[in-house]
Amino acid sequence: MSYCLIVDDSAVIRKVARHIIESLEFETDEAADGSIALKKCRENMPDAVLLDWNMPKMDGMAFIKALRQEENGKKPKVIFCTTENDAKHISQAITAGADEFVMKPFDKTILETKFQQVGLLD
Amino acid sequence: MTPDQFNFLRAFLKEHSGLVLGEDKRYLLDSRLNPVAKQFNHASLSDMVVALKRPGAQKLSDAIIEAMTINESFFFRDMTPFDNFRNIMLPHMLKERATSRKLRIWSAAASTGQEGYSLAIELLEQKSKMSGWRTEILGTDLSTEALAKARAGAYTQFEVQRGMPSNLLMKYFKQQGAEWMVAPAVKSMVTYKPFNLLKEFRSLGQFDIVFCRNVLIYFDRETKADILQRMAKQMAPDGYLVLGAAETIIGLSDAYKMVPGVRGLYQRSADKAAIPAKAKTTAAASDRWKAKKATAIPAVKPRTARPLRAVASSSRTNLFAKNR
Repeated sequence: MSYCLIVDDSAVIRKVARHIIESLEFETDEAADGSIALKKCRENMPDAVLLDWNMPKMDGMAFIKALRQEENGKKPKVIFCTTENDAKHISQAITAGADEFVMKPFDKTILETKFQQVGLLD
Repeated sequence: MTPDQFNFLRAFLKEHSGLVLGEDKRYLLDSRLNPVAKQFNHASLSDMVVALKRPGAQKLSDAIIEAMTINESFFFRDMTPFDNFRNIMLPHMLKERATSRKLRIWSAAASTGQEGYSLAIELLEQKSKMSGWRTEILGTDLSTEALAKARAGAYTQFEVQRGMPSNLLMKYFKQQGAEWMVAPAVKSMVTYKPFNLLKEFRSLGQFDIVFCRNVLIYFDRETKADILQRMAKQMAPDGYLVLGAAETIIGLSDAYKMVPGVRGLYQRSADKAAIPAKAKTTAAASDRWKAKKATAIPAVKPRTARPLRAVASSSRTNLFAKNR
C-alpha cells in the first residue's frame, strides 16, 4: 500500500484530506508543520506528500526545498494544497519541485484527478 | 425544507463541489435530490438534510453531490480517452492525412466546453508536428446555456482544477479575478453550436474523430442505434468514435469495430459502413471535405501507439522541466 504524508497546520483540513486519501487506498500520516514532516520523511520516505504552504515553524516552501535535498527526497510526489491561488504561487511551487498544485477548497474529485495525473493512481 | 436547511445545503454544496446554488436554481433540489432521498429512505428532503448533518453520512453526502453536479464536465475527463487521442488517434491521422493536412473533430456532447478545449490543448501540445494543418473542433450540445459558458471559456477555480494539470493551466489559461480564462489560441480552435442529436447530421459535414461521451445513456436503445448509424455516415472511413467509459456499441451498431485492447475506442468498419446511396448526398453536402477524400484517405492502417507515447510524455516532462 502506498503511503501519503499530509502536512497542514489545520487539524480539520488534515482530517478531511486523510479521509479522502484513505478512500484512495493510501496509508496516511499527518504532520502539523514542515519540520515535523521532514523528520517523518527521514524516518520513512512517503510516496506522496500533500503539502500546505503557510505553516508555523517551517512552511511548505522551505519544506519542499529541504526535502528535495534529502537522500531519496526526490521519490515522493509532492502536491501543494493551499489557499494561495494565483499563477505566481503555482509556478513558484513547481519551480521548487512540486509535482502538482491544488487550490483550496478541494474535494475528492480534485484530489483524485491530481493523484492520477502525477501517476499515484492507476 | 426550512430556509435554514436550504442554506445549510447550499453551503454544503459550495464547500464540497464548488457548486453555487442560487435561489433561482432551487428547483434543482427537488428534481435532483428527491430521488436521492428516496434511495436513502428519507420521507422528505428535510429529513434527508437532518441525516446529512449527522457524522458518518459519507455515502449520502457523495450521492447528493453526484446528483447535483451530474451535468458538470471535467477537463480531460476520465483521462484514458485523451491518452488514446494523443497516442492512437492523432498519430494515425498525422500519418493518414499527411497530404490533406486536415483534421475535423466533433465533440458531440460538448456541454460547458471542457472536452473541446481539452482536445484543443492536446493539439497545441503537438503543434510542432502539425505545422500547416487545418484543424477544426466542433462542439455541439442541446443546451444553449451550457454552450454560452463554453464559448465564454471562463471557469471557476473548482472547475479548472477538475482535470487540468497545473502545468497546462499555467500555459493555456489566464487568471482574471476569481476566474480562469481559456487562452485565445485555445478558444479559437473550437466552434460551439447548438444541435440536437435527434436531428439530421448532414449539415455538420464529415469528421475524422467523434467524441460522443455520456450522452447516449439518455436515449432509448432504438434511438442510440439510430444515432450511431447516422454518425457513422458522417465519419471518414477510418474515423474514430469515442464513447463514455460505461458505454458500448455492442448490439447497437455494426458500422464500427472495436480497436483491439482499447476500451471505449471504435473505428468505423470500412466493410460494413453504412455508406451507399445516402452517404453520397452526405459527402456532397460538404464538398470542402469531399474533395481530398478519395486521395487522402487510404485504407485503415494498424495503430502505431507506442512511439508517440514516449514523445508525448517526454515533451510534457520537458515542459515541466523548463519551469523548474
